[in-house]
Amino acid sequence: MLLRHTPKEVMDRHAVTINPAKTCQPIGAMYAALGIHGCLPHSHGSQGCCAYHRSALTRHYKEPVSASTSSFTEGASVFGGQSNLLQAIENIFTIYDPEVIAVHTTCLSETIGDDIKQIRDKASKQGLIPEGKHVIYCSTPSYVGSHVTGFSNMCKGMTELSESTGRKNGKVNVLPGWVEPSDMEEIKRLAGLMNVPITLFPDTSGILNGPLTGEYHMFPEGGVTVRELIGAGDAIGTLALGEWCSADAARHLDTKCKVPCKVLDIPFGLAATDRFIDTLRTVAGTSVPDDINRERGQLVDMMSDTAQYYYHKKVALCGDPDQLISMVEFLVSIDMWPVHIVTGTPGKKFEKRIKELTAGIPCEVNVRAAGDMFLLHQWIKNEPVDLLISNTYGKYIARDEDIPFLRFGFPILDRVGHQYFPNVGYKGGLRLLERILGLLLDRKDRDDPETTFELTL
Amino acid sequence: MSETAAAARIERPAIFEERRDQIRRIGEGDFSMACNRDSLAGAVSQRACVFCGSRVVLYPIADALHLVHGPIGCAAYTWDIRGSLSSGPELHRLSFSTDLQELDVVFGGEKKLAKALDELIARHHPKAAFVYSTCIVGIIGDDLEAVCKAAGERNGIPVIPVQSEGFKGNKREGYLAACKAMRRLVGTGDVSDVSPLSVNIMGDFNLAGETWIIRRYMERMGVQVVAGITGDGRVDDIRRAHGAGLNLVQCSGSTQDLARMLRDDFGTPFIRVSWIGIEDVAESLYAIAEHFEARHPKLAAGMVERTAKLVREELAALMPQLAAIRRDLTGKRAAVYVGGSFKAFSLVKAFRHLGMEVAVVGSQTGTEEDYKELAAICSPGTIVVDDANPLELSAFIREKDVDVFVGGVKERPIAFKLGVGFCDHNHERKIALEGFEGMLNFAKEIHASVMSPVWRFVPRREAGLNRKDAEV
Ligand code: SF4
Ligand code: SF4
Repeated sequence: MLLRHTPKEVMDRHAVTINPAKTCQPIGAMYAALGIHGCLPHSHGSQGCCAYHRSALTRHYKEPVSASTSSFTEGASVFGGQSNLLQAIENIFTIYDPEVIAVHTTCLSETIGDDIKQIRDKASKQGLIPEGKHVIYCSTPSYVGSHVTGFSNMCKGMTELSESTGRKNGKVNVLPGWVEPSDMEEIKRLAGLMNVPITLFPDTSGILNGPLTGEYHMFPEGGVTVRELIGAGDAIGTLALGEWCSADAARHLDTKCKVPCKVLDIPFGLAATDRFIDTLRTVAGTSVPDDINRERGQLVDMMSDTAQYYYHKKVALCGDPDQLISMVEFLVSIDMWPVHIVTGTPGKKFEKRIKELTAGIPCEVNVRAAGDMFLLHQWIKNEPVDLLISNTYGKYIARDEDIPFLRFGFPILDRVGHQYFPNVGYKGGLRLLERILGLLLDRKDRDDPETTFELTL
Repeated sequence: MSETAAAARIERPAIFEERRDQIRRIGEGDFSMACNRDSLAGAVSQRACVFCGSRVVLYPIADALHLVHGPIGCAAYTWDIRGSLSSGPELHRLSFSTDLQELDVVFGGEKKLAKALDELIARHHPKAAFVYSTCIVGIIGDDLEAVCKAAGERNGIPVIPVQSEGFKGNKREGYLAACKAMRRLVGTGDVSDVSPLSVNIMGDFNLAGETWIIRRYMERMGVQVVAGITGDGRVDDIRRAHGAGLNLVQCSGSTQDLARMLRDDFGTPFIRVSWIGIEDVAESLYAIAEHFEARHPKLAAGMVERTAKLVREELAALMPQLAAIRRDLTGKRAAVYVGGSFKAFSLVKAFRHLGMEVAVVGSQTGTEEDYKELAAICSPGTIVVDDANPLELSAFIREKDVDVFVGGVKERPIAFKLGVGFCDHNHERKIALEGFEGMLNFAKEIHASVMSPVWRFVPRREAGLNRKDAEV
């Protein structure tokens, strides 16, 4: 067994993280930046970080991921990275010619104390940023928060472009949070059905789930445009999906441009999608069309058709706070019992929220922020579960403990589909149900004795 | 696309002016390359850092604890992302990190590191511990050496610092740091049962079972293998590595430094070998046998003959199968972009056995000499490139209209977007690509990718097919 190295007794650990349930800030900033049209993410640090982040994103999306690096060497780490970044900005606009460069920092440039805003302003003064082009930035030290924090920070960086002209443009900003390109596409489809013009940012659909064209484009079609980001300051309201991923940016936009915001959960499952649709309806002042009501009805229908199979099944989950919160709510709503929940991202608020959502479950619920997969595995050894939901790294635990395994979250390194099939909205709920049900019934079919091996549902 | 249009599009394949001398076409003027340079600021480089180099070399040592001292990312991205198969313990497949937080950065991470080591060694009983320093550790100035020394004394195992701060160079420096770390282990084990006819297999990482293939060859030749360095590696084997009669060094960079140290400190000779292709494998095996017969005529008597028999048998099995594959692949073109240039050499030759030509060849970390040698074995017109970016790579692939690209994880989706086949000859390979059976696997993989029916649906090929239909 691969994880024979995991003992059952849980001990306090403060000095070491084993099998992390998070990664570092810059990759989140890079993912968010890819959701801007014509944007080249830039990693201000040494080249290793950038190579790792690109590889990790590529493994998850099976798509080329371009990002540049300041290529720090020893000199830069002593004298600061200003000249590297200035040179990088000049080189990038000359050669790759993006609309926007989105700079994020790394542990290295943070620790030596580079001030990106000051360097950017200097680049601007020196005329290194061509007319009509932009350099946005955010600070992403990895010794604070997690990849989720980095995503949130870059979203906030985007709102620096937004301006308020004093005249509302009738659009609604939607910050989707860290979801897949397919989810972003689905959010746009739902808004379209409701006839609500939205500015979705970031928007990686079309960029990280593009078609094979026989050509390679560094900047594929898709993504929120700079013009839309500027216009976000004139929107009538903002929906921020996910407290951890999106709230900071939305609040900043509120303060800066007086665009009122509502922070919601990411719409996984019935209730969270209801809240999303309802809020969008209220903010935009429209009504919910029949098409969406029908989709909702289909989800409720499938929930009722299959309810008996979820009944009191225990689930362990590992992932990012915003995703887990909606997912746990959904599981509880179909009578499943999420009993072990771990996120690597710090934040006591997370533990509190999960406790509230699982309050009605008549057994002990373990929840930990700033935890790791080693801990999750130990919990599972002490209290076995019927289903494990996590990113690909959960497969070790699933194999060792022989548990049905739903891949959900980031990264998914060993399967495809997440780029194309959404989990958000009522349609996404259908897909989640289908996959969960499939896993539970495959297991039942595998384990049933021949006498009770069943043909029908 | 018309020919002129194609020419126009590739006329300016996004090349930095400063990079002109890192790209060459064979047959055009003097061949000299500028390389092992730092990537330019602002480059979309495919290169990695010192830490990455150290991590890939030491990672396969399966019964050691690998603790990454730094913020979480560096550890998270190197968690079990490549094969490195072990026939026994699998401690190396877990991810251990001190996960430095803001306070640690301010006040230093030494205490945390010491605590982490004590805790992990007590729980997992590793044979040794490697502690990797990352960029930030270099900046905050933790005294890794002292913490490791003390932890080693407290816990009774070697605790070895790996000085792999990322910004101190590229992968090459990482290889050196890894070699220095291993050097501390060598010489501390008992070698009384090691035969003079013995080797260390260096520079193969058993990504998909390659070390096992080479071990089997050694067995058939009558050669004892002391240590896999580091494929299917074990701490105790490495401690005994100085007992080996000969070091077999594959890969231009990764373990050559250690081989030099062992030559200087213990007098162990080394030879450079390659386990990729046909000639290179056969030549490597013969070189080993000849070395031992020359040094130990009595003891090694018959080894060359045994080797010849081995090669004969393997080729007799391999060649007919290759011939069938070759029929389909003859005339197809390949692009090769790999980490080390040694691999590029062997691949150029291996492709010839498939009837294919390598039209673009490059690496992340070749030396000028490497590139000169490479140029000597490639045909005129071949593009040779050091440290390429995705735009360059895609421009070259299109210009040469290649059928398959051999590269690593970041190159795969680029190849697929362009509608050409791909073979991962790097960390993410799933089948063994070394030795004679590796050559067959390689041929099959290339065949599968090049001949896949999916490429018929690539727009430019679809257009081509339609044109042909129209002509008929
Ligand atoms: S460059 Fe430094 S911080 Fe980045 S991955 Fe390498 S060691 Fe880690
Ligand atoms: S943790 Fe820091 S040093 Fe390591 S990969 Fe992330 S940004 Fe780079």
